[in-house]
Amino acid sequence: MIEIAGVSLALGGSRILDNVSLTVPKGGVTALVGPNGAGKSSLLSLIARLRPLQSGRITVDGLPVDTTPSRQLARIMAILRQDPGVASRLRVAELVGFGRFPHIRGRLTAKDREIIAASLEQFDLSDLALRFIDTLSGGQRQRALVAMTFCQGTDYILLDEPLNNLDMFHARNLMRTLRRIADEHGKTVLIVLHDINHAASYADRIVAMKDGTVIASGETGDIIRPDILESIFGFSMRVENIAGRLTVLHHA
Amino acid sequence: MTAGSLGSQGFAYQAIGAATLLALFVASLFVGVSELAIGSFASDPEALRLIMISRLPRTVATLLAGSALAIAGLVMQTLARNRFVEPSTAGTAQSAALGILVVTLVWPDASLGCKAAGAAVTALAGTSVFLMLAHRLPPTQPFLVPLFGLVYGGVIGAAAIFAAWHLDLLQYLEVWMTGEFSGILRGRYELLWVAGALVVLAWWTADRLTMLSLGRDVSIGLGLNYAGMLRLGLVIVSAITALTVVVVGTIPFVGLVAPNIVSRFAGENLRHTSPWVAGGGAALVLACDIIGRLIRFPYEVPVGTILGVVGAVLFLFLLLGRNSND
Repeated sequence: MIEIAGVSLALGGSRILDNVSLTVPKGGVTALVGPNGAGKSSLLSLIARLRPLQSGRITVDGLPVDTTPSRQLARIMAILRQDPGVASRLRVAELVGFGRFPHIRGRLTAKDREIIAASLEQFDLSDLALRFIDTLSGGQRQRALVAMTFCQGTDYILLDEPLNNLDMFHARNLMRTLRRIADEHGKTVLIVLHDINHAASYADRIVAMKDGTVIASGETGDIIRPDILESIFGFSMRVENIAGRLTVLHHA
Repeated sequence: MTAGSLGSQGFAYQAIGAATLLALFVASLFVGVSELAIGSFASDPEALRLIMISRLPRTVATLLAGSALAIAGLVMQTLARNRFVEPSTAGTAQSAALGILVVTLVWPDASLGCKAAGAAVTALAGTSVFLMLAHRLPPTQPFLVPLFGLVYGGVIGAAAIFAAWHLDLLQYLEVWMTGEFSGILRGRYELLWVAGALVVLAWWTADRLTMLSLGRDVSIGLGLNYAGMLRLGLVIVSAITALTVVVVGTIPFVGLVAPNIVSRFAGENLRHTSPWVAGGGAALVLACDIIGRLIRFPYEVPVGTILGVVGAVLFLFLLLGRNSND
């Protein structure tokens, strides 16, 4: 369980987050949605201790993120931010292998290598394993970063718009993989999504943010409703049930 | 992982690399003004003395300085997240020279060790300021960082020259600014073993250093003590630079050329590449020192001058080759 209580954040004089309180239960996929500048990425950074907490309290599995040793947190929570700017000339398999860093002392064991190979396979990277990441396309590099995050093998996985740069095949593959690890292994996924239909299709719960506050949160079916979506995004859109899936028609 | 997948081919490269280094080591022992035939030290005690007092210390010093400077360049590139900076061009060596100047002024009889300590402190300060400023430059302009480094190093170097000129210490400064090994004798180079130990430390912490180049967010997400690792990297760069400047003077381009050549072929996973970078730097400096001893025989051209030419050509080749690849 991720518990957020009374968290505010100000950067350069402007208020980014305003007294946010939120509980993300253990297990399942929770989508974080909202317009640009709502504070989604900032909230994710605070949960993942990438930014110092200014006020309030955040715990993951009962561990306060501001006082728990970073390496201990890295064994239960993995984070992938948008465009992390990896500048190193590593091979794909080496990059993914660094996901095992929190768990190892010194060398990779046979079990670590198995996990690395499985992560590569999972994201369709086995053929690229020996390529240098600076020779990959944007989408291939994004998949390598996602694979590294999975390779960390944590109970909590935080992803900030991981579908960026991914083609339809690999976007679907990533969302289905997230769904599967949540269902089969009880993992907790907190994911920032821009495409509301990905949230509608794959998430158990949706948290909507706007102007630094949480304005709606609940089961997916309770949030994917025309009136609530309009209050979040500021224009009206139709919601249809197509082949058993809630679908938001926001293109009109 | 990669070493395993390259298999016997990787082993062949390692054998060739080790053989090259060994050949240069032996050549360095037998090149010099005093004639020395291979096998003569069994019969001739003078030959043995020459080897033990002069040639061996000089060769070992060259090996240590070359490998340490290459590793300092590699670590500095990791810290700055830019492949085109190195301690001798971006202010670290100039700050170290300024530090030695200050120590010499305050305490003229200071030992080499004290001078090195003073130089390390100023090198640390100078490099910290450089990195702080370099991290503010836009990452979309990768050539801005080395250009800024050149200006920054130039300004500190100019300050050192101005101070030395005022204090009538220009000849001393000249010694620290131009690297050469001709003055190396037994008892005059042993501080470089500390630089050698720092090379081992860099190799020991190679995984963590590599993670620095994944960026702050990724490395913290993986549980790395990012700030602590940055500080350790800074200490490695500053201490190696200070030690080499005090003992042999400034040797340019090693820290730039060796890591860039290795990166092109083997990437930047430092656990696998740092032995290559260290070996490559040692081979480069050894080869240039031997050339410097032969080119105007029986006189010597300082290794810093030779490397200024050889290193610049290699570096231009790397830059141009890079453009045609991208």
